[in-house]
Amino acid sequence: MNTAHSTSRWLPWHAIMVFGFLYLPIVTLIVYSFNASGVGGFPPGHLTLDWYRMLFADDAIWESVVNSLIVAFVAMAISLTFGVPVALALDRANFPGKTLFRRLVLLPLILPGIITGLSLLMLFRQADVKLSLVTIVLGHGTALISVATTEVFAGLQKLDRAQEEASLDLGANYWHTFWRITIPNLRLSIIGAALLIFTLSMDEIAVSFFLIGRDNTLPLEIWGRLRRGITPEINAISSIIFVFSLIAIVSWYRLRVGAEKPGIAV
Amino acid sequence: MFSRAYRAAITLPPLLWVVVFLLVPYALLFCYSFWSVSPSQTIVHAWTLDNYRELLRVNVYLQTLFRSMWIAARVMIFSLLLGYPLAYYLSFYAGERKDLLYQLVIIPLWVSYLVRAYAWKTILGSDGVLNTLLQYVHATKHPLEFLLYSPFAVVLTLTHIYTPFAVLPIYASLEHIPRNLVEASHDLGASPLQTFWRVIFPLSIPGMLAGATFAFVLSLGDFLAPLLLGGPSGIMISNIVVSLFGAAYNWPLGAAISLCMLLLVLALLLLSERLEKKWSFR
Repeated sequence: MNTAHSTSRWLPWHAIMVFGFLYLPIVTLIVYSFNASGVGGFPPGHLTLDWYRMLFADDAIWESVVNSLIVAFVAMAISLTFGVPVALALDRANFPGKTLFRRLVLLPLILPGIITGLSLLMLFRQADVKLSLVTIVLGHGTALISVATTEVFAGLQKLDRAQEEASLDLGANYWHTFWRITIPNLRLSIIGAALLIFTLSMDEIAVSFFLIGRDNTLPLEIWGRLRRGITPEINAISSIIFVFSLIAIVSWYRLRVGAEKPGIAV
Repeated sequence: MFSRAYRAAITLPPLLWVVVFLLVPYALLFCYSFWSVSPSQTIVHAWTLDNYRELLRVNVYLQTLFRSMWIAARVMIFSLLLGYPLAYYLSFYAGERKDLLYQLVIIPLWVSYLVRAYAWKTILGSDGVLNTLLQYVHATKHPLEFLLYSPFAVVLTLTHIYTPFAVLPIYASLEHIPRNLVEASHDLGASPLQTFWRVIFPLSIPGMLAGATFAFVLSLGDFLAPLLLGGPSGIMISNIVVSLFGAAYNWPLGAAISLCMLLLVLALLLLSERLEKKWSFR
C-alpha cells in the first residue's frame, strides 16, 4: 500500500475543488454582468453591455466611487503616517507598556469591525462631532494603522542596520538618515502596505456603517441598493473593480518578485 | 544607536493618536455598557448593572450569541477542512506552480466581501443560478428553498470568505518546516502517513491555530452575511447590536453585548497565542 501515491492523487482534486469554490461566485458575477435577462436564470442568455451603459449613466454610483477614492487616499496617508513610526518604535524603542501598546494598535486587525465602528461612533457622539466622510476617514485611518505596522514591521526584521549606522557615523542626522536610508530600504513594504490599505479601505463596510453621514462610500451605496433588490448594475461595477484590483495585484507581485517570499504576519 | 529624541519622535505621535482614537473609544464602550437610556431617549450617565441583568434575563440574547458561536465554529471547521489540504498540497506537491497557485488563493481576498456575499445570493436564490441550473438539467422540479435565507447560506458564504485566511498562515507554517526533518523521517523508515502525523502536522499547528482564530473571530462578529443571506433563522449577535444602535435605540444595552463579544474575542486570542507558543519550535 503506497500512501504517498494515493495522497498525491486526491490532493490535486481537493485543490481544484477548493479553487472552484473560491472562484464560482466571482465567475458568476462577471458572466451575469453581461447577461441580457438579468441576474440568475440558467443558462445565461444574450450578451449585452446594457448594464454597463446603465452604470455609466448612474451618477449616484460614481459619486460614491469618488467618495471612496478620497477616503481611501486620506486613510492611507493617516495609516502610514502613524503605522510606520509604530513599526519603528516596536523594533527599536523600549518603553513601559510596549506590549500593551502593540496589542492595542493591532487589535482592529482581528477584532470584528462592528466593535471598532460603534466605539468610534460613541467617541464622536460624546465629542459632538457630526458624522461625515471625515469621521469615516478617521475610522479607516485608525483601524488600518494595524496593517501598515504589520507590513512594515515584517520589512524591518529583514533590514540590515549597517547602512543606517554608517550614515549616522558619517555625520548625517537622524532626520536625513530616516529619509535617505530607512524609508528607501523599506520601500517595498511601504508600497505593499499602501496598496493593501487602499484596497481594504475601498471595501470597508463594518466601520463605515456606523460612521456614515450624508455621503455614501461605494460599499454603502451598493449595500443600500442590495437591500432594495438584486440589480445587474452591481455585477457590472463589481466586475470593473475586480479588473482594477487584478491589475494592482499583478503589478504589486511583479514589484516583489525576487525581493522576498510573501507571507502573512498577524 | 538611536537617541532618546529619535525614539520619542517615533513613539509619541502614534501613541497619542492611538490613545484618542482607539483606547478612549474602547473605554467609552465600557462606560456605556454601565449607563442606561431614559424613557425620553437620552443617555443617563448613572452607573448600573441593569444592561447585564437584561442580557441574562431575556433568552434571545444568549440564544443568539450561542447560535453565532455555533455558526462561527462551523465556518472555522469547514475553512480548516478546505484550507489545510490545499496549503499542504501547495507546500509539498505543487512544484513549479506553487507561486501561481499561491496568488490564486490571494486574489479572491481582493474582491469586495460585500460583492462576494451578494454573488452567493444570486447563486442560491429560488430563481438563482443554482436552482435554475438544477431545473434546467431536470434534477429538481421545484426550486430548493433551503438554499437561501438560512444558517446554511451564512455558513457557506462565510466559509468562502475565510478559507483563504485559513490557507495563508497554514501554508506559511508548512513552508517553515525544514525539509531535512521530513527526509530524516523517511530515511529512518517512517511511512509517509507516519511522517505526516508525527512530523509535519505537529509543526503546522501554530499556523492552523492562527487560521482557525481568524475564521472564528471574524465570522462571530459578522452582520452583513446574515442580513443579506440569513433570513430570520440566520440572525447573529451583531445583528442585534446593529438594531440596538439603530431603530431600537438602546446604545447602553448594545454596548454591553459588544463588550461581551470583545472580551470573548480577547480571551480567544490569548488562548490561541498560548497554544501557539506551546506548539512552536523550541
